[in-house]
Amino acid sequence: MFDFLDGYDVLGAFWKTIQLTFFSAVGSLIWGTLLAAMRVSPVPLMRGFGTVYVNVVRNIPLSVIIVFTSLGLADVFSVTMGAGGDVATLAFRLSVLGLTAYTSAFVCEAVRSGINTVHLGQAEAARAIGLNFFQVLTLIVLPQAFRAVIGPLANVLIALTKNTTVAAAIGVAEAAYLMKKMIENEAQTILIGLVFAFGFVVLTLPMGLFLNWLGKRLAVKR
Amino acid sequence: MSSVLYDTPGPRARIRNRIITVVFLALIALVVWWAWGQLDEKNQLESSLWKPFTTSEAWTTYLLPGLTNTLKAAALSMVIALPLGALLGIGRLSDHRWIRVPVSAVVEFLRAIPVLLMMLFANQLYVNAGTISSEDRPFYAVVTGLVLYNASVLAEIVRAGILALPKGQTEAAQAVGLRKGQTMRSVLLPQAVTTMLPAIVSQLVVIVKDTALGGAILTFDELLNSSKTLASNYTNMVPALTVAAVIYIILNLLLTTFASRLEGWLRRSRRSTGAVLGADAVEDINAPGKSANVPHNTGESGGGGGL
Repeated sequence: MFDFLDGYDVLGAFWKTIQLTFFSAVGSLIWGTLLAAMRVSPVPLMRGFGTVYVNVVRNIPLSVIIVFTSLGLADVFSVTMGAGGDVATLAFRLSVLGLTAYTSAFVCEAVRSGINTVHLGQAEAARAIGLNFFQVLTLIVLPQAFRAVIGPLANVLIALTKNTTVAAAIGVAEAAYLMKKMIENEAQTILIGLVFAFGFVVLTLPMGLFLNWLGKRLAVKR
Repeated sequence: MSSVLYDTPGPRARIRNRIITVVFLALIALVVWWAWGQLDEKNQLESSLWKPFTTSEAWTTYLLPGLTNTLKAAALSMVIALPLGALLGIGRLSDHRWIRVPVSAVVEFLRAIPVLLMMLFANQLYVNAGTISSEDRPFYAVVTGLVLYNASVLAEIVRAGILALPKGQTEAAQAVGLRKGQTMRSVLLPQAVTTMLPAIVSQLVVIVKDTALGGAILTFDELLNSSKTLASNYTNMVPALTVAAVIYIILNLLLTTFASRLEGWLRRSRRSTGAVLGADAVEDINAPGKSANVPHNTGESGGGGGL
């Protein structure tokens, strides 16, 4: 029944999806947290930069960004990303770049909303009993903010996993790319669709349930 | 101004902030100067590349038809997905296990799959059926994919919208002897619609962005695809994609502004119950296994939601 899978590396394609997700997640966690730090900083110019970045980037379709990394950055500006002329590696790295730029905007908003859940009174009380800035941040604000951020960040991670399929637009051999090829060449349209759908359910559903559980478990009771 | 993270700045903090501002400004200027240099080096600033956008031809032949297709696909998907989503959302709230469980499974399944896979799948089904001409096929495939995905997202919005209503509404309806169906039709749904409106408009932003998937992969002739065609005609890929991105940004900012205006207006409006499903609820709902944070107005302060 499943002999249509012969000759196709389905697991390899999903491994590519996982790699795309992992690298983009790390990248966007770093850049997104930096952006969030700017958006809550006391410097108006930094706040302005963060706001403009987030509002511009999240209103552009991811497809436009990914297509631009390939047709713009690589073709026009000859960005090589250190891939040394290897087309597949270049496409992979460009996708990670595009996904990171896009996802960071959402990470920033998630982190910022986490910081905003900490009540002003918490910091005021901490200052009142004489804690210094560093103590207020590490003992009072961040522990509460991190816990509140898990839930929203989990959503971003799941959305990112699904968004990696857009990399198929510039020829990264991940799950959607292989599915397009298989579905065009093999007769078992519905079975192929189900196999790939199942793959994404296996990837995203446990992630959502686990992180949701974790977020609820660690949530600060108010 | 004071925040959780820092106190109102004093004289020393003000000087420090000013220094940071200057350093950051210099950093931005450096990046802009470098990027400008790169653009100039690759001759991307030449007026001949940007000139086409001042002619009516570029707009009437490429950009406007593309934008029209984007809007058409987005609007049609929303119109079809709304009633489907309402059915699924109400199904998930059913008292009967044999309705609730399968409907929940379908909704969670559809939310877990990338919308692109659904478009590819729908496209192939239409190829197999052979009833739709090959030039219309991408449009139908994109709309089908978007409807399947957004029906599941809207189902969650509808469910959250109904749950956000005060419990007294159901209790009062039961007290005057309405049946379950009557309570839903004449008491809960009409109020939930206004509750959900901002969230539905925000979901339109997601739909508009997702139509570009069809252009990138299924050659659906929407804004992204038509600006690529324009670029191959005038050999100006970077300006073409920039203009397309600006159009998307303006369109989506308009939708977002409208959604938040609507939200503010509904919150102030006296006729509503005060329960509004805000724009931020949408981001939670687009991930599977999660439910929206519903603002309960029952006294417990928001944030938890925990449905």
